[in-house]
Amino acid sequence: MQDSIRGKAYVIGDNIDTDQIIPAKHLVYSLSDPEERKLYGKYAFSGVPDAAAGLPHGNVKFAPENDYRSPYQIVVGGKNFGCGSSREHAAEALQIAGVQAVVAESYARIFYRNVVDGAFCMPFESTQRLITEVKTGDELEIDIPAGTLKNLSSGKTYRLRPLGDVLDIIKAGGVFAYARQAGLLKT
Amino acid sequence: MTMTEQVLAGHAGRKTVVPGDNIWVDVDILMTHDVCGPGTIGIFRKQFGPNAKVWDPEKVVIIPDHYIFTNDQHAHRNIDVLRAFVKEQGLPYYYDVGTDKYKGVCHIALPEEGHTRPGEVLFGTDSHTCTAGAFGEFATGIGNTDAALIMGIGKLWVKVPETMRFEFEGPLPPYLMAKDLILHIIGDIGVDGATYRAMEFAGDGVMSLSIEERMTLCNMVIEAGGKNGMIPVDAVTEQFVKSKTGKPYEPVQDNPGARFHSVRRYKSAAIEPTVAKPHSPDNRATARECHGIKLDRAYIGSCTGGKLNDFVAAATILKGRQVKTDTYIVPATTEVARGVATTKLNGETLLETFQRAGAKIAQGASCAACLGGPSDTFGRLNKSEVCISTTNRNFPGRMGSKTAQVYLASPYTVAASAITGTITDPREFL
Repeated sequence: MQDSIRGKAYVIGDNIDTDQIIPAKHLVYSLSDPEERKLYGKYAFSGVPDAAAGLPHGNVKFAPENDYRSPYQIVVGGKNFGCGSSREHAAEALQIAGVQAVVAESYARIFYRNVVDGAFCMPFESTQRLITEVKTGDELEIDIPAGTLKNLSSGKTYRLRPLGDVLDIIKAGGVFAYARQAGLLKT
Repeated sequence: MTMTEQVLAGHAGRKTVVPGDNIWVDVDILMTHDVCGPGTIGIFRKQFGPNAKVWDPEKVVIIPDHYIFTNDQHAHRNIDVLRAFVKEQGLPYYYDVGTDKYKGVCHIALPEEGHTRPGEVLFGTDSHTCTAGAFGEFATGIGNTDAALIMGIGKLWVKVPETMRFEFEGPLPPYLMAKDLILHIIGDIGVDGATYRAMEFAGDGVMSLSIEERMTLCNMVIEAGGKNGMIPVDAVTEQFVKSKTGKPYEPVQDNPGARFHSVRRYKSAAIEPTVAKPHSPDNRATARECHGIKLDRAYIGSCTGGKLNDFVAAATILKGRQVKTDTYIVPATTEVARGVATTKLNGETLLETFQRAGAKIAQGASCAACLGGPSDTFGRLNKSEVCISTTNRNFPGRMGSKTAQVYLASPYTVAASAITGTITDPREFL
C-alpha cells in the first residue's frame, strides 16, 4: 500500500447519491469490456446538477469532453457520500476515471463497502467539514500513515479519521484477497 | 439480542453477537437482476475461474426487472448474459423476460415466489433488498463484488448493526398508509439517520398493517441509510409465507433483554399525509403544507408503491373521477398486473377505473421510471417536469432529468393530486 496520494481536488456537497455519481441510464455498459467500461469514467458525476458540480463555483465538468480520465484524483465530499442505490458501478466509475481517494464527512454504508471490498479507491473520513475549506482544483496531498490531508494550495493541514476495521480488507487488496487470507477461499 | 442480532448470530454459528462484531454469515438467498447481474457474473468468473459453479443453485435467484421494455441494445445484452449464465449453471429460479415466468420488480417478486422466509439471511444486488425485513429476516443490498463472493462460497462478512426501534401506537386512520409513516420517520432522523443500523418497526400500529404495507416500511429504510429493516413475525407473516412456500424456516423474536440503540414512539393518528419534497427523501412536509403546488405528472409504481394494495388505494380515490395531470400506472409485477385487471372495487376492475380516469397504463411490469433508466423508459422524466410519485427516492435526476422535481407520497396522496393537478391532501377525497 502506498504512503501518500497526491492530486487535484473535485469538491461536491452533501448526500451525493449513486444516481448522481453514475446516472441509471449508463448502467448498461459492460464492466468486463476494456473499451466499453471507459464510458463509466466519461460519465462519472454527470448526474450532479450543474450548479453543484465542482464547488464552490459549480459548472465544472469532472471528466473533460471525449475523455474518460478525470484531471481530479481526489474527491472531497460532504455528508452521506454515495447514498442511494447499491450499484457498484458508482465506486468503479470513480476508479475508471482515475480517482485515488475520496475524502468525505461520512459515507452511506453500501457505497463504502463497495469501495472497500472492490478496492476501488481509498475512502477517508474527514474530522471536519472540508467542502468549504477546499476548492475544486486545489492541489491536495494525503499522508496515509500520518492520517492527514494537506491542502498544498492553501498550506493548511487537516486530520483524517483512522480507517479502523476495514484497513485489513484494504491492505489485503479487497474482499477476495481478504477471504483468501481468512482461509475461506482455496483458489 | 434483537431479531437482527439473533438471525446474524445463528447464521454465523454463534450463540451471541453484539453490535460492532465483524462476522462471516451463511447466506440463504442471493438475488441479482439485469443491472448488476452481468457485473457480478463477470467478477465471479474472474475470481473463481471460467468453469466455476455457484455454491448452491437452489439459493441463487435471478430476476430481470430494471431495463426490460426498452429498445436499448446494451440493456438487451444484459438479459442475454443472465440467460446464458442461468443455462450454464442450471439455476432453477430465473424469471426470464418474454416468458410466462417473467415477474418484474425483484423485491415484490421474491415474496410472491416464496423466496422470503422468517429468520433467514437474504442479500441482493439492489439497495431495496431491505424490503424483505417485513418477513422477519435479515435482508440487505450489496454490490457486485460481494455478490460474486457469495456466488462462490455462500458466505459474506457483515458488521452486526445496532437496532433502532420505531413503535407506532394505534391503528392507522383510513387516510394514512405505511408510506406516510416511513416518510415521517425519515423526516425525523434524516437520510443518514440510521446509517450502519437496523430499523425495527413494531407496536400495534405496525402489526395491524398488511404484509404489503409492512414491505413499504422496510423498503425505505435505505432512504434513512439503514442496513436492514425488521418487523416481528406474527400470524399475518406466517399465513403469507406458508401460502407461498413449503420450505421450513425458523422465526426469531426479540429477547426480553434485547438492547436497542434507541426507541422512538409515535401515535399513528397524530401523523398526517406526508410528502418528501425535492430533492431528498428527508425533506418532509405534510400534503396540506404543499397544497396547490402545480404538477406535470403523477406516477404510481415501483417496489415501494406499485403493489396491489397501492393500486387499490389509488383506485379508491380515482374511481369515477378524471385525472388532470399525466398519470402513469406501473404494476410492480405480472402478478400485481393480473390483480389490477381482476380486482373489483364497487363492480369495476382497478384497470377499468384507471382507464376511465384517463391514466396511462404500462404494458409490462418493471422498475420503469422509478430510477429513470434508458431514455425511452415508460414514464421517465425527460425534462424539467414536476412529478408526484409513490416511489422511493427523489435526489436530483433519480427519475430521469436532473432538472426535474420529484415529490414522494403515498398512493392516496398521489391519486388525489392527480385529480386536481396540484398536490392535494387525500382527505379531500376520502
